[in-house]
Order: sequence, then C-alpha cells, then structure tokens
Amino acid sequence: MTTQTNTRTAGIRWFWFSSPATFYPLAGTIAWIAGVLAAVLTVAGLYVGFVVAPTDATQGEAYRIIYIHVAAAWMSMFLYVVMAFWSAVGLAMNARLAFILARAIAPTGALFTFIALWTGSLWGKPTWGTWWVWDARLTSELILLFLYFGYLALQASIDERRRADRAGALLAVVGVVNVPIIYYSVQWWNTLHQGASVSLTKAPSMAKVMLLGMLLMALAFWMYSIAVVMIRARCEIRESQ
Amino acid sequence: MNDLLYLNGYGFYVWGSYVVTFALLAIELVALRKRTQRK
Repeated sequence: MTTQTNTRTAGIRWFWFSSPATFYPLAGTIAWIAGVLAAVLTVAGLYVGFVVAPTDATQGEAYRIIYIHVAAAWMSMFLYVVMAFWSAVGLAMNARLAFILARAIAPTGALFTFIALWTGSLWGKPTWGTWWVWDARLTSELILLFLYFGYLALQASIDERRRADRAGALLAVVGVVNVPIIYYSVQWWNTLHQGASVSLTKAPSMAKVMLLGMLLMALAFWMYSIAVVMIRARCEIRESQ
Repeated sequence: MNDLLYLNGYGFYVWGSYVVTFALLAIELVALRKRTQRK
C-alpha cells in the first residue's frame, strides 16, 4: 500500500497544475528561470554573431541580420503552433488554463512575426534590391501576422470571456494550416527567398560559428517567449479572479 | 567604433533591424511590468 502511494506521488501530477491557482506560482518560477537564461543567451548570441563570426564571403556584413531574422521567424511559427495546440486543448476539454495560455502567447507571437517581416525587409533591400516582394514565403508570413491580429481582435471585440476564447481558439486551430505553407513555401513555389540553411534532414549549409550564433539567438528568443508568456498568463489569471 | 556603426555600408540595415527588434521587446517588457503592477 505504501509503495503504491509513493509511486503515485512520485510522478508529476499534470492535472494538478491545470488549475490556474496552482499554476500561478509555478509560472512565476518558470518566468524567472527563463528570463535569466534569455538574458545570458542573448549576450552570448550577440557576442558570437558580432565578435567571433567573420564577415560573410558573398553577403558581406548584411548577413548579420540572420541572427535575429531566423530566430524571430522560427518563433513566429513555433508560437503559433503552441497557441493552436492550447486552443485545441481548450476547445476539447473546456480547460480555462489552456485558453489563458493561448491568449498569453498571441501578442508575443504577433511581435515576433512583425520582427521577422521587418528584419527580412531590411535584409531584402541590400541583397535583393527590394524591401518587399509578393512571393510565397513573404506573403504567407504576412498572413500569419494577420492571423495573430485576427485572434487578438476577436479576443478584444467579444465581451463574454468564454465566447471570445472559443471563437479565438477556432481561428487559431484553422489558421495552423498556414504554418507548413510558410515552412515549405520555398520548396513548393519559385521564390526570391532562399531555402532553409538548417533542417532536420540534412547538414547545415552555413559555417559552424554562424550556425552557433543563430542557434544561441533562437534559444534566447525561445526563453524570452517562455518568460513573457508566463508573466502574461499570471496577469490573465489575476485579472480573471 | 565608426567601423562597427558603418559595417561596410550595411550599418543602416543591420542596426535598423537590431534597434527596432530590441526596442519592441523592451516595449513589451515595460507594458507587461505596468500590467503586473496594476491593482
């Protein structure tokens, strides 16, 4: 009997954390750890990107935009998928915390999508000769920004919390189809945008030190997102009580 | 220092990206801080 009880309490009680009241202090701890990691990784990423990494042979110094552009673009897609996941959980299980998490992700996701578009535009001008083209990659990323805006607008325009959550969640889940379109757009269509330099199936096509700087910045943005989402989720929990 | 700002003529594009990115992240942090302090 004792062994059975020990086994039961030894595992993490996931559903215990699904209550906003018990999640609140945990979110505070996670935000602190992720925030510190984000600061350390940002300093390390910028050091590698600007001090250690050499000038690119073909793009010169302009390539240094890669350290924030790729990291922001990855986060814009990743955050949308996570937002859609929590939205689906919220719809399926009617879990309040799942809707809170989806709501907390949206502004940061929109921010990273804007940053990806902004830095892409500033990279496009010196390398392509234009700030913007209506090609598949850029257009689908712009649609992602509109999906985030649509989600935020729905949340803001419906007074009743539950209805707003369900309407937003539906948009988030339907809109997730856009994420693979963004990712594979450079393969499916003939675009001005270059193909992926890093993928799970083949070796990266860039210098190791540049790759290190890019991965450090991606991790930094990831940690930043976790910290900010946790803080916002705490605000949402507090304000809803 | 001037070389770092100029970046072989790409300074406007590179720093334009970094300054706006970190300014936006800072604005988000300040806005969140204000929200956490609201009663």
